Amino acid sequence: MVDNSVTPVLTEAPPGPLLEFWRHFSENRGAVLGLFVIICMVVIALGAPWLAPYAPQEQYRDALLVPPAWAEGGSLRFWLGTDDVGRDMLSRLIYGARVSLLVGCIVVTLSLAAGVILGLSAGFFRGLAENLIMRLMDVMLALPSLLLAIAIVAILGPSLSNAMVAIAIVVLPHYVRLTRAAVITERAKDYVIASQVAGAGLLRQMFINVLPNCMAPLIVQATLGFSSAILDAAALGFLGLGAQPPTPEWGTMLADARQFIQRAWWVVTFPGLAILITVLAFNLMGDGLRDALDPKLKR
Amino acid sequence: MMAFLLRRLGLLIPTFLGVTLIAFALIHLIPGDPIMLMAGERGISAERHAQLLAAYGFDQPLWQQYLVYIGQVLRGNLGTSIISRQPVLHEFLTLFPATIELSLCAMLFAVAIGIPAGILAAVKRSTFFDHAAMGVSLTGYSMPIFWWALLLILLFSVNLGWTPVSGRISVMLWVEPVTGFMLLDTLLAGDSEAFVSALRHLILPAVVLGTIPLAVIARMTRSAMLEVIREDYIRVARAKGLSPLRVIYVHALRNALMPVVTVIGLQVGTLLAGAILTETIFAWPGVGKWLIDSIQRRDYPAVQGGILLVASIVMLVNLMVDVLYGLINPRIRHAH
Repeated sequence: MVDNSVTPVLTEAPPGPLLEFWRHFSENRGAVLGLFVIICMVVIALGAPWLAPYAPQEQYRDALLVPPAWAEGGSLRFWLGTDDVGRDMLSRLIYGARVSLLVGCIVVTLSLAAGVILGLSAGFFRGLAENLIMRLMDVMLALPSLLLAIAIVAILGPSLSNAMVAIAIVVLPHYVRLTRAAVITERAKDYVIASQVAGAGLLRQMFINVLPNCMAPLIVQATLGFSSAILDAAALGFLGLGAQPPTPEWGTMLADARQFIQRAWWVVTFPGLAILITVLAFNLMGDGLRDALDPKLKR
Repeated sequence: MMAFLLRRLGLLIPTFLGVTLIAFALIHLIPGDPIMLMAGERGISAERHAQLLAAYGFDQPLWQQYLVYIGQVLRGNLGTSIISRQPVLHEFLTLFPATIELSLCAMLFAVAIGIPAGILAAVKRSTFFDHAAMGVSLTGYSMPIFWWALLLILLFSVNLGWTPVSGRISVMLWVEPVTGFMLLDTLLAGDSEAFVSALRHLILPAVVLGTIPLAVIARMTRSAMLEVIREDYIRVARAKGLSPLRVIYVHALRNALMPVVTVIGLQVGTLLAGAILTETIFAWPGVGKWLIDSIQRRDYPAVQGGILLVASIVMLVNLMVDVLYGLINPRIRHAH
C-alpha cells in the first residue's frame, strides 16, 4: 500500500466572501455608524406598538402644544411634547419610522425589480428594444426627479401609495442604466459563452448566470435609493401630495407644524431631525457599501 | 465642432418629444373627464359640457389631439390657465425672473463656499478640517431642505428677527419692475432702502436652495483636486520651486475645475426642483410656487405647460453644459 495521504499545509483558510466584505465594510467607521442607526430604526419601527407610550392618533385635549419634558412648562407625561391637537410627538415619530421605512422598502423593491427586468432586457435583446427603453429613460432623466414625481402624483391623486409609485417610477432610470451597463460587460465574458454552449436557456442566462454578477452596483444604488425615497416621500408629504393627515408621516407632520413655528419649536424640529438622521444613515452606509463592493476601489 | 453640435442637438429632439408626450399624458391620464374636473364642484350642464369638449378638442382621437398639441407647443401656445384666463406662457414668463434671481443667488452662495471648502479639504487631506468639511457636506446632502428652511426661519426670523419670513420685498415698498430681478430693479430705481429690503428677503431662501448644490460642489471639488494633485505635472511644478499657493491655484485648480463645472451645470435641475419647495415655504412668487398652487387649484393646463417649460429649460442648460464642455475639452468633442 502506498501511503497517498497528503500532509495538510498549515495555512489560514481564506476568508469567506461575507467575512471579506465585512472586513472592508467595517474599516469605514461612518458606514458602521450608519448601519447601527438603521438597525435601531428597524427595531423602533417593528416594535412601535410596544415602544410608543401612546397611540399615534390619540388626542389629549387637555394637553395642546405641551413643550418637551426638559423645557419650561413641559411634563414627563409627554417626553417630546405634544402637537396642536394634543397628540404625543414621541409616539408619532416612532410610528413615523414605520411609514418612512415602509416607503423606502416598497420604493426600492418596485424600482429595483422593474429596473432589473428592463435593464436585463435592454442588455440582452439590444436593437430596437434597447433603443426604446434607453430613450425613454433619457426622457425621464431630463426632468428633475421631484418635478416628475409631482406630475405623476398630480395624475394619480395625492396619497401615500401614489407617492410611492411616483417615486419608484422617478428613480427607475438609475437602475435600468446600471443593470444594462453591467449586463453588457458580463455578456462578453467566457463563462457566459461557455454556459450558452452548454445549452443554457435565455432566462437561465439572464437571471441565474448574469444577474448575480451585476449585483454589486445595484446593492449600492438600492441603499442610496432608500435615502432618496425617504427624502422625496417626505417632500411630497410636506407639499400635501404624499401621505395625508392624520398619518404620522414625518414630512406631513412638518407641513402641519408650519403654522406653529412662532410658538412651538418642538413640533417643527423633531420630525425633520428624524428625516435627517435616517437619510444620513442610509447615505453613510451606501458610501461604505460602495467602497467595500466596488472592485476598482478595493484595497 | 459643428458636427458635435448637430449630433448633440439631434439627441435633444427625441427627448423633447418624449417630454411633450409626458406633458400631454398628464391631462389625459387623469382619471375621469377633464372637463368635469375643470368644472369642479360647481358641476356643468350637458350642453356646455359637449361644447367645451369640442372647444378643447377632447372629442377627437388621441393621436390627432397629440399632433394638434405639438403644433400648438411649437408655435408657443401652451394653453390658457383655467383660473386666471391668462396664456400659460405669459404667466410663466412673468414669474420666471423671480426664480432665476433666487437660483442664481443660491448658486453663487454654493460656489463661493463649496469650491474653497473643497480645495481646502483636499489640500489638508485626512486632517480634522477635511473630516469636518466632508461630514458637514454629507449632512447638507442628506438635508430635507424644507425642514432646513423652517429651522433657519425659526432662528433668524422668529428668534433673532434679522430677516423677514416671506415674499421678495417689504409690502410697504413699491419698485417699478424693469428687468423682473428685484435686486437690479431696486438699484436701477436708486432706492437703497428697497434694495436692502430685497436683499434681506433673498438671503434665507438663497441659502436654503443653495445647500444641496453646496454639498455636491464641495465633495466634487475635493475629489477632483485629490485626483489632480497626484499627477506628475504637479510634482514637476513643485520641483520647479513654485510656491505651494501657485501650484494649487494655478496648476491644479484649472484642471480640477472641469468636472466641477459639469456638476454645477447639472445642479440646475436640482435647483429648479428645490425651488418648488423653497418658494412654497418662503412664499416666493416664482414658478415653483406657481406650479404647486396650480396643482392644488387643479389648473391642469398651467401644470402641463409649467412642467413642459421647466423640463425644456433643464434640457437646454444640460445642452449648454455639454457644448461648453466640448469647447473646453477636445477629447469629448471628437469622441463618437
